[in-house]
Amino acid sequence: MNNNLSVEHLTGIKDLTRQDIELIFKTADNFKDVINRPIKKVPSLRDITIANLFFENSTRTRLSFELAEKRLSADVVNFSAASSSVKKGETLIDTVNNILSMKVDMVVMRHPNPGAAKFLSERIDAKVVNAGDGTHEHPTQALLDAFSIREALGEVEGKKVVIVGDILHSRVALSNIYCLQKLGAEVMVCGPTTLIPKYIHELGVKVEHNLRKALEWCDVANMLRIQLERQDIKYFPSLREYSMQYGLTKEILDSLPKEIKVMHPGPINRGVEITSDVADSKQSIILQQVENGVAVRMAVIYLLAAKIERH
Amino acid sequence: MEKQVILNSRHFELTIKRLCYELIEQHNDFSNTVLIGLQPRGVNVVTRLKSQLEQILGKEVLCGTLDITFYRDDFRRTEKPLIPSVTNIDFVIENKKVVLVDDVLYTGRTIRSGLDALLAFGRPQKVELLTLVDRRFRRDLPIQADYIGKTVDTLVSERVSVEWKEIEGEDKVVLYTPESNEQ
Repeated sequence: MNNNLSVEHLTGIKDLTRQDIELIFKTADNFKDVINRPIKKVPSLRDITIANLFFENSTRTRLSFELAEKRLSADVVNFSAASSSVKKGETLIDTVNNILSMKVDMVVMRHPNPGAAKFLSERIDAKVVNAGDGTHEHPTQALLDAFSIREALGEVEGKKVVIVGDILHSRVALSNIYCLQKLGAEVMVCGPTTLIPKYIHELGVKVEHNLRKALEWCDVANMLRIQLERQDIKYFPSLREYSMQYGLTKEILDSLPKEIKVMHPGPINRGVEITSDVADSKQSIILQQVENGVAVRMAVIYLLAAKIERH
Repeated sequence: MEKQVILNSRHFELTIKRLCYELIEQHNDFSNTVLIGLQPRGVNVVTRLKSQLEQILGKEVLCGTLDITFYRDDFRRTEKPLIPSVTNIDFVIENKKVVLVDDVLYTGRTIRSGLDALLAFGRPQKVELLTLVDRRFRRDLPIQADYIGKTVDTLVSERVSVEWKEIEGEDKVVLYTPESNEQ
């Protein structure tokens, strides 16, 4: 088995091969074991410094990355745009170069502009991990989603996964589509016409506008959050109407012919895309996703760090 | 490569048996002792010791496997990233006597990493080291084994390989020496 990633940075799932994804999963299996030990830490990255640059709000992803880095014994510096010189007019490259002159080996970045991670990776001398770039990609989320499906169902190959909700604004949806397809799963997107990109079928996904039909087809439903902060116009009449049409309730779940798994990348809007009793049901693997997030991110960072040249 | 068998299958079996009795001498009925094999090849030694010990004692001996990949001191010094194998310690090592087991003791660096990795699982009462082959005078670190199957004097250019019936078809220990024109 090849034990080296084919990429130098993780800017998107689109650039990864299936072997890369499987290598990340195999490594993540070991890290999942590590984070369940009494001492949840390994010394592998003790000579590496990682900067977490968050130009956009995040709780879960940032926490998860920070935990992953600390459990690999890396030194971590955090930066958030709200309290920085970005507000004073500094450009992205300048900000990052300033941070890099403090000898940082890897940058984990979330940014509101699509392509920001790729832009950065071409211009700086450090490994870049994309933690979400606008409406483009969120690769580690897709990896942990697929890893959780693999854990819950044994494998991803041949499984049917429906992604429900705001596909138009969702980087999670795009990364998930690439990742699941590379692993041999069938993908369907479901949501109101206004929130499904017009040419999405060209990615090879099925499109369905009826939630019940989509759920009857699938093995796993990934329920996305309605991203009101990215919607500059109204895409549907009201949240109440959206949740009546596309909200996943216990009644629908129980009436399905087979037991499907329910996922959510968080943060959950309880009562909108998913009701509380579904989120807390035994079919939901939402909390497993969060746990797996740390292991998968450790694997990504570990494998990229192995490519950093020693000075 | 010149090949020299330094432990044939008959001596191999005898050595395993002797190591078992040495262990029993120190640990009686193994009520507070566990064996932990270092991945990948120390695990084979543990499997063999376990079945032999259980035959002699007539009771179960707790055994585990430990992967040291993330604790190694040569991360980013080798060409490829190090891919780990499985750690399986499904018992508590706190206050237990632990015997770390590996096939070949050479520089001592693996054992150093193994000690680090082991301590992440708790604080054992005592840790001992068993090795099937000891390449003495070749240590980079001050580490010595408590139980030794066979001691050999080797050059850096030589290679010692422990082969198993289950994997290679025959139990033996082989010393590979590069021929003089290869050096």
